[in-house]
Amino acid sequence: MFSPKTSERIAFAFLTLAIAIVVAFVFTIIFYITSNGIGAISTDFLTQGPKNRMTEGGIFPAIVGTVFLIIGSMAVALPLGILAAIYLNEYAEEGRIVWIIQMAINNLAGTPSVVFGLFGLAMFVKYMGFGASILAASLTLALVVLPVIIRASEEAMATVPPGLREASLALGVTRWQTVRKIVLPIALPGMVTGAILSVGRVAGETAPILLTGAAYFLPRLPTAISDQFMALPYHLFVLATSGTNIAATRPIQYGTALVLLLIVLGVNFVAVMIRRHYKKKMRW
Amino acid sequence: MLKSTRSKEFAIESLLLAVSAVTVVILILISLFLFGEGAALFKDIPFLDFLTGKNWYPTSEPPIFGLLPLLLGTLLVTAGAIIIAVPLGIASAVFISEIAPPKVAEILKPIIEILAGVPSVVYGFFGLVVLIPRLQQLLDLPTGQTALAGSIMLGIMALPTIISISEDAISAVPDFLKEGSLALGATRWQTIYRVTVPAALSGISAAVMLGMGRAIGETMTVMMVTGNAAVIPGFPGGIFAPVKTMTATIALEMGEVPQGSEHYHALFAIGAVLFIITLLINLIAEAVKRKYRFKVGS
Amino acid sequence: MVTDTFAEGIETEITVMELNLWYGAKQALKDISVDIPKNSITAFIGPSGCGKSTFLRCFNRMNDLIKSCRVEGDVLVGEDNIYESNVDVVELRKRVGMVFQKPNPFPMSIYENIAYGPRIHGEKNKEKLNSIVEETLKAAALWDEVSDQLDSPALDLSGGQQQRLCIARTLAVKPEIILLDEPCSALDPISTSKIEDLLMELKKDYTIVIVTHNMQQAARVSDYTAYFLLGELTEFGETRQIFEMPREKSTEDYITGRFG
Ligand SMILES: Nc1ncnc2c1ncn2[C@@H]1O[C@H](COP(=O)(O)OP(=O)(O)O)[C@@H](O)[C@H]1O
Ligand SMILES: [Mg+2]
Repeated sequence: MFSPKTSERIAFAFLTLAIAIVVAFVFTIIFYITSNGIGAISTDFLTQGPKNRMTEGGIFPAIVGTVFLIIGSMAVALPLGILAAIYLNEYAEEGRIVWIIQMAINNLAGTPSVVFGLFGLAMFVKYMGFGASILAASLTLALVVLPVIIRASEEAMATVPPGLREASLALGVTRWQTVRKIVLPIALPGMVTGAILSVGRVAGETAPILLTGAAYFLPRLPTAISDQFMALPYHLFVLATSGTNIAATRPIQYGTALVLLLIVLGVNFVAVMIRRHYKKKMRW
Repeated sequence: MLKSTRSKEFAIESLLLAVSAVTVVILILISLFLFGEGAALFKDIPFLDFLTGKNWYPTSEPPIFGLLPLLLGTLLVTAGAIIIAVPLGIASAVFISEIAPPKVAEILKPIIEILAGVPSVVYGFFGLVVLIPRLQQLLDLPTGQTALAGSIMLGIMALPTIISISEDAISAVPDFLKEGSLALGATRWQTIYRVTVPAALSGISAAVMLGMGRAIGETMTVMMVTGNAAVIPGFPGGIFAPVKTMTATIALEMGEVPQGSEHYHALFAIGAVLFIITLLINLIAEAVKRKYRFKVGS
Repeated sequence: MVTDTFAEGIETEITVMELNLWYGAKQALKDISVDIPKNSITAFIGPSGCGKSTFLRCFNRMNDLIKSCRVEGDVLVGEDNIYESNVDVVELRKRVGMVFQKPNPFPMSIYENIAYGPRIHGEKNKEKLNSIVEETLKAAALWDEVSDQLDSPALDLSGGQQQRLCIARTLAVKPEIILLDEPCSALDPISTSKIEDLLMELKKDYTIVIVTHNMQQAARVSDYTAYFLLGELTEFGETRQIFEMPREKSTEDYITGRFG
């Protein structure tokens, strides 16, 4: 039909078009949210609570809630995830048990976040009696990001050259000390990157907290981990779909979306920068 | 001293194994709670009625819990998303790994990672305020909140998964295969679609499966843009009408149900079905990927 | 197998008795018995894949790290049977140090590389650590080259310097035996001869076992030579005898370069 050279040109044009569309999506989304949200952001918006039945005022309690969730879920998921990754990468030998653990991690990674929400509701809120609370939601989010942290840490440790472990073991150093003194320091930047990425994930997840303790509106900031909380993503959802005056509060919605986007993308940016920086410094 | 370092090492290893096994325990607990809470529904309602019921009227008197409209809603939206994301995603992956100069590829990759980072509620919000009014106008619909809107947004959201995993698979194709083809006088494009892409096919299939898994499990976005009407979607007209997915049903209705009610258990039953579907998708993707690793290795 | 009877009065450091080793179903070492003399350099030679590294790694039980690996037989280091079940491999590896084919300094400073072992083994005294670093670097003939840059990264050193650093790092743990697995194969001739001189110096205080694929090296530095073929120890004896009057045809063929 066409000469090979011509069909190549046509095909490459289509491939270029495809990537152009994808990149256009990215910029369109960022552009819309930024250009519409920037006007809403002010010191008051960031430091005040919602006012007048959430048609005015700021998003401070939602920011606080999100920060609490990040701290709570990371406090649980980071140690668990890193220890599990150490086992899988440094101790485990191929075998049935390891295979089962790896499959479990893969499946946790693929489980929809709303299913985690259901589980959190049944297990933490009801069965363990934590109620709708920061605690229940943090634990639920910890499960959501656990596979992310394990995978990232494993990947980071896999970049440590095997020769260094051998060298350390050959000096009569135990495996655990080798992990602590050689493997972890070298893998640290990669592990930090993974941890930061999962912070972004926690900040943005909505479905799990919707079922485990996020509140529509709270007059006070939470003071205990057994309190309910407001959170940025849920706040945006509420304002955009069931607020008092949805059309009139669009600027607040855009502003909230922008703050959320900035947190998540800022966190991703930092992670990418750390990865870049240390990739350059690696010398083997 | 001799004994103590050894027993300490053994204790550490055991502890680490125990922590790793927590992942398995969590998965088991998820199954137990989901199936346990879901199964309670079937004391009153036959399982088959739930699975094949054509109506979801959870608050009527008596309530009717038929999964079909929700399941079909999920399938329709997901199918649409896949139709959008697969060609775009694979083409982008081919572009990044085979055509773009390395410098350009290094710029494109983080841009695509941004897509993976944007929270689903932000996608939902974007769909709600930007996409929906335009869809309504453009297609002259009574409402823009349609299965189509859900498909478009989920398609975008599935892109980073499909692109990055396909790209890994394509880059893993050994150079000698490509060089062999080029040496025979094939153009780069002929090499790509005759040699490279077929060699990476199982990896690409796994990428599509995982993208599909992401689309099926997505909640907030679909909930905000698909209108949430629990009706069995017509075909093909249903694409332009509101639908309600399984995920959206759980998230929307859980807030209002009394604990222990039939409705409560019905939502868990939906969750259990969802869990099984995504579990199967993951297992298949894993099996497909394994096959491809084997191929490249030998 | 043919072995010399050594002159009276030579002390044995490592005694191997009927050692067999398998990787899975594949036997890599067959029925090896040998006595390795103290305060001397023993070279392992033979075509690649014949089991030299595998045998060397039996002496500090590095083979334990390979799951498919199974060992039968006895290895005595000094008086202790190291394959007995109550042996602590960590303690064993303090006594039996190892230097690898590819220099593998840790991504730390020169100082930290050497202090790493002693510190983990409980040495906290800063003065003491300083003197260990200086002594071992001197013993490894590296002190003059690096004494003014102890805090710079070890990875900045040349390959030959890195390998001497790895030797110093091993000495810092105060082993009795040093195992070296083709330590010069990645180095230039000048670095190689520095390391050879160093080994000759070190044998006064240590028992040294070195794997090499370089015949001249074996002839130059070693007192005893073991020739391996296909997992068997074909011939073992004083280096002079092995090179001048090999008793086995295959040893002679290998040494004179007819195969391998
Ligand atoms: N980790 C291992 N797993 C399986 N087989 C191995 C392993 N290491 C070495 N071998 C096999 O054991 C034999 C001896 O290897 P090696 O001791 O490395 O030989 P050399 O050092 O003399 O070159 C070879 O056939 C090699 O393939
Ligand atoms: Mg070797």
